[in-house]
Amino acid sequence: MRVRALVIRILKQFFHDKRTLALMIVAPMIILWMMSLVFNGSTYEPKIGTVNVPTELNQKLKDQGAIVTVYDANAAEQALWDEKIDAIIRFDNGAPQVKLEGSDPSKNKMILLLLQKVMQQQNPAAGQAPALNITYLHGSENMASFDNFGPVLIGFFSFFFVFLISGVSFLRERTGGTLERLLASPLRRWEIVIGYVLGYGIFTMFQASLIAWFAIHILGIMMAGSFWYVLLITLLLSMTALTLGTFLSSFANNELQMFQFIPLVVVPQVFFSGLFSLDNVADWLRWLGKIAPLSYGADALRDVMIRGKGWSDIAFNVYVLIGISVAIIIANVFALRKHRKI
Amino acid sequence: MAMEQCVRLENVGRRFGNTEVLKEITMSVQRSEIFGLLGPSGAGKTTLVKMIAGIDTATSGQVYVLDQKMPKLGMFSKIGYMAQSDALYMELTAQENLQFFASLYGLRGSKMRQRIEAVMDIVGLSSFLKKQVSTYSGGMKRRLSLAIALLHEPEILILDEPTVGIDPVLRQSIWKEFEQLSQSGTAILVTTHVMDEADKCHRLGMIRGGKLIATGTPEALKQETGSETIEQAFLHFGGVQA
Ligand SMILES: Nc1ncnc2c1ncn2[C@@H]1O[C@H](COP(=O)(O)OP(=O)(O)OP(=O)(O)O)[C@@H](O)[C@H]1O
Ligand SMILES: [Mg+2]
Repeated sequence: MRVRALVIRILKQFFHDKRTLALMIVAPMIILWMMSLVFNGSTYEPKIGTVNVPTELNQKLKDQGAIVTVYDANAAEQALWDEKIDAIIRFDNGAPQVKLEGSDPSKNKMILLLLQKVMQQQNPAAGQAPALNITYLHGSENMASFDNFGPVLIGFFSFFFVFLISGVSFLRERTGGTLERLLASPLRRWEIVIGYVLGYGIFTMFQASLIAWFAIHILGIMMAGSFWYVLLITLLLSMTALTLGTFLSSFANNELQMFQFIPLVVVPQVFFSGLFSLDNVADWLRWLGKIAPLSYGADALRDVMIRGKGWSDIAFNVYVLIGISVAIIIANVFALRKHRKI
Repeated sequence: MAMEQCVRLENVGRRFGNTEVLKEITMSVQRSEIFGLLGPSGAGKTTLVKMIAGIDTATSGQVYVLDQKMPKLGMFSKIGYMAQSDALYMELTAQENLQFFASLYGLRGSKMRQRIEAVMDIVGLSSFLKKQVSTYSGGMKRRLSLAIALLHEPEILILDEPTVGIDPVLRQSIWKEFEQLSQSGTAILVTTHVMDEADKCHRLGMIRGGKLIATGTPEALKQETGSETIEQAFLHFGGVQA
């Protein structure tokens, strides 16, 4: 009953503060959209070097919009190394070999697509294009830029905005004296914490569904798995953000100090979210990644969205996220002891 | 019944780190009594009432409310507390603020509506019920805070400078309401700087430098010091000769 009152109040506050409401929903969408524009740009013309390729095929590549240069084998390798071309096509004994420069996944994708089209035209009778033998100079076929980090971004924005807004509003509750007023009422400490979790939980559910829906259906981000898993993970990730935000707010004296937690707490998590390879980092840094909620959330989101994995593969990450939230919730209840002993 | 103690303090002290803000305070507030706490700024009035309201804990001595040692969860619903600074949700309307606090105290339905109407009438804000609090003037916010403290008809009212920024006409009607509440059995503990308000209290306690230097009815305090007014008595106890 009392928790419900708290939940209703938080939702009403959101409703009154339309600008914050808009920020939390529209800002992530706009940024995702801009990212998708930047990384899915389509004006690019593939630059292809060919070695021993039938002139007929060269012409077909040009027809498809590629810039084709004919090389001998060594010169081609050099050009690829110098980034003058994005790919080499070579015919060894009639079998096509493709070598991609590989560092930009969106280029890889376009070249392969183009080649498939051309090969299909070559052999319409075969029904299917002959298997291409593909090698990479840099990178690998697993990369696909927006698809690749889109899931991380979805997780990150949920985390970032919920962290900030919940932290600031709990801080306000403390500095504005309303927390004291709450503690002078029969509310229990845990009821305050749970009220916050539920109030923001409901809002977050709404925010997370909108962002995920926008990314998948409007921006067409790759989505191999279940939408519900995406929602579940985003929601849990927001829970960790919410609990962490309210917890850290008790170490801040004003909004500005709350913002100082962004470079300290939020930004470093990006490094552990899978955007960057951690193969070569120091052990202690890797250990830091193990306590970053975003690393679990991002991992699970990519498993679902890119690899189409199911419950058994994300279960561990889900449990860790729940565990982190519960641990911080308990810490929050204790932190309130500072203000009222019982 | 006549002498029932609603609030009792026994040798209460409060220190923040090394500074002792309150020392050895012993006093009580009876049922149906309006007890005024008087004292200069920084004397420790707010610190004292917070401990009675249960949101701060004494570092020495005991605080009892209705014979229960504070802080105790069950007591919070029996106390109405109005803090010195307004604790309101600015983004919400007055009504939404009232509804929120009312439901914290378990009020609902028609009872809630009826109480909200009643308290807003007391503080003269009935026609501003639907307005957002951020558009309120300072005095209006003060009055809304008071209304919230009165919502759940507490047995004990703790009001920290309730009438600051409220005009004399409204102040008079609010004090009439206090008088009525006390007649119906409420114990009211009020801190104030305003001397004509002090005169309206049934009993006064004077705090200075963290010590309770005098208690008694306004009349008794005036007689004791041979002063005409409470103000003179207050200055007398403070060591200043008027
Ligand atoms: N949290 C705190 N930490 C340290 N000192 C404090 C704290 N709260 C109050 N004090 C000190 O205790 C003393 C009494 O403060 P208090 O707020 O009780 O005064 P007051 O009588 O209510 O004054 P005013 O009439 O201005 O409201 C002050 O000197 C203040 O600096
Ligand atoms: Mg004070």
